[in-house]
Amino acid sequence: MEDSHVEILSASTPKLRIGIDGGDDKNWRRRVNGVEVSVPIVCGSIAFFRGKKAKEYRTHNWSVYVRGATNEDLGVVIRKVIFHLHPSFKNPTRVVESPPFTLSECGWGEFKIDITVFFHADACERKLELSHLLKLNPEIYSGPQSPNVPVVTESYNEIVFPDPFECFLARAHNHPAVHVSKLPEGFNLPPPPPGVAADESYYKMKKGDTKDHPLSHWFLKFSEADELFKLTATRHKVQADIAELKRRLVVVDAQPEQF
Amino acid sequence: MGGTDAKDILGLPKTPLSLTQEKKSRPQKESHRKPDGISREVYALTGGVAPLMPSIDVTHLKRPPPPDEKVAWQWLPVKSSARKDDLQLYHWVRVVNDVPPTGDYSFAKYNKSVDVLKYTDDEYENHLTDPVWTKEETDQLFELCERFDLRFTVIADRFPLSRTLEELKDRYYSVTRALLRARAQSPAELANHPLIKEPYDMTRDRERKRALSMVLSQSRHQEKKDAEILAEAKRITEMRLAARRAAEPDVPANENIGSVSPSSNSQLPATAVAPSTLTMADYASTLASLRMLHVYLRTYGLEQMVQAASSAVGLRTIKRVEQTLQDLGVNLKPKVPTKTVCDEHLELRKEILTLLNLQKQLQYKESEGSSHREGTYGAMPDTPKDRVFASEPFGFGAERPIKKEPKRKGPGRQSDTPSPAHKRPRKLKASDL
Repeated sequence: MEDSHVEILSASTPKLRIGIDGGDDKNWRRRVNGVEVSVPIVCGSIAFFRGKKAKEYRTHNWSVYVRGATNEDLGVVIRKVIFHLHPSFKNPTRVVESPPFTLSECGWGEFKIDITVFFHADACERKLELSHLLKLNPEIYSGPQSPNVPVVTESYNEIVFPDPFECFLARAHNHPAVHVSKLPEGFNLPPPPPGVAADESYYKMKKGDTKDHPLSHWFLKFSEADELFKLTATRHKVQADIAELKRRLVVVDAQPEQF
Repeated sequence: MGGTDAKDILGLPKTPLSLTQEKKSRPQKESHRKPDGISREVYALTGGVAPLMPSIDVTHLKRPPPPDEKVAWQWLPVKSSARKDDLQLYHWVRVVNDVPPTGDYSFAKYNKSVDVLKYTDDEYENHLTDPVWTKEETDQLFELCERFDLRFTVIADRFPLSRTLEELKDRYYSVTRALLRARAQSPAELANHPLIKEPYDMTRDRERKRALSMVLSQSRHQEKKDAEILAEAKRITEMRLAARRAAEPDVPANENIGSVSPSSNSQLPATAVAPSTLTMADYASTLASLRMLHVYLRTYGLEQMVQAASSAVGLRTIKRVEQTLQDLGVNLKPKVPTKTVCDEHLELRKEILTLLNLQKQLQYKESEGSSHREGTYGAMPDTPKDRVFASEPFGFGAERPIKKEPKRKGPGRQSDTPSPAHKRPRKLKASDL
């Protein structure tokens, strides 16, 4: 059993923590059990037909990105994103080291873009892989493409950090891009470690959010409400059917056999 | 008349099958030339088609005998080295050119026997005494062994005193071993003798036989449970292995990524039915392995949990669950996979599984014993999933009348009321209530 999965029930005095782990540094590496940090993201692409300017191999201007689902700054969690383009592109490994994590290019082909997301050390030392299929042409042909109407493909997802590090929680729990599940009773987060507040890489002066991004008015809105409604309604129905079947089973069992 | 009617009901063709076969095969036969050397009937045995590999060299068949040979068959006395007595036997012998065949009787070479060692009394005194066995017993044992070629089941049956098969084997092998050791010039030459290299172990033999009989007598239920538990154990170890491999190497010391917590076992309700117990363990181990990843996508997490839910059921059931979801208008993969949505989705899938199980149970019960259908069951709403089970014989929910056999009035047969001998139960009619 991981000995670091310790429930922190009170804002224990620093000396208690030092006693357990033998140093301030290590304390911050303690994980908080039973808490989940999730970061809602949208991974997508927007492609514009170049119209008159289109050449044989440069028909579309497109951008691929990883943005916060509510357009908040993902720099709080993500350190850098690598977009792996098709090998026919020059330098197909494109690294974006600061938010907003977008990449724009010009091309003619649709292909799968592998995306590797790297996090800040206090969040997670492992990388996360996603992929996105770049679409340039609309699903259903409805006449020649207009250079003013792009093809937008977005998918919603959430990055989940189970049992997050204490220091990460302390730093990020109030940030709008981050959702934290309910903290256990009486849990008090320790203040962020010294030096973090002053660190520019955490609280960027430069805007990392995508609220005013030039493409932002093409972004789709994702709301769980409809899907949730449908799911709960369906569950109710299935539960009713189950109850009915159970009733019938009881009746069938009770019937005496007739010959 | 009865014959054709029966065929009608069963859906068999009225004309006898052989007729149609003949019609078909006739044109076929004309196109195939039968090869020379074998008769037509023999060739037809192979299906009228030449074998893939030439199994018979055609030239070997029906060869006319070489013209210079004169073959005659004679009734001659036979000598066999396998026979130790003087009994004179006769049989037909193929004589070529008046020269009878030479050599031993061709089957004499199969008369093999076991090399059972014989000990002298001296040797017995010196090496072979045993507290449990007397010399007479040992002598009898060895005599039987020689007579029956070490077929211990027979020997054990014939042995005058009551000894188990394993005991007899043990005595024989240990005597032979001791004898070999005593007679050998040097220990080296014995080293490769099978009796020395792998001596007979009575207890191991007993254990082996007991284990075999246990496996043989295992009930099917036991077999299923064993297989399930083994599969579950395999899954858990694989998951732990994958999670451990995925764990980062440079995490600070106090992280100590040890084995996945055993809490998965403690979550199992004690009285749960075997399949659902396994599913609980699946969920717990999936959750644990997700936690071990330290970061994952919500969609990935849902996929893993769905897989865990489906691991205890077959592919067909999984397909039915997905079909049901589609019929109900639910996305197989949620478009907005938030935590709540994913949880609801998973729960819905579990509930659909339960529903399908119940449907199967009900169907089974209805077809098994009960003799009537409640005509008053109209309450089931006509849900889209009924369409899925349209092929099932007992469509519940829809008021589907059971197709009745056409009643026949034969001589001596009563009309609608079934005779006491009639086994088929009467369908409950509204008028009966």
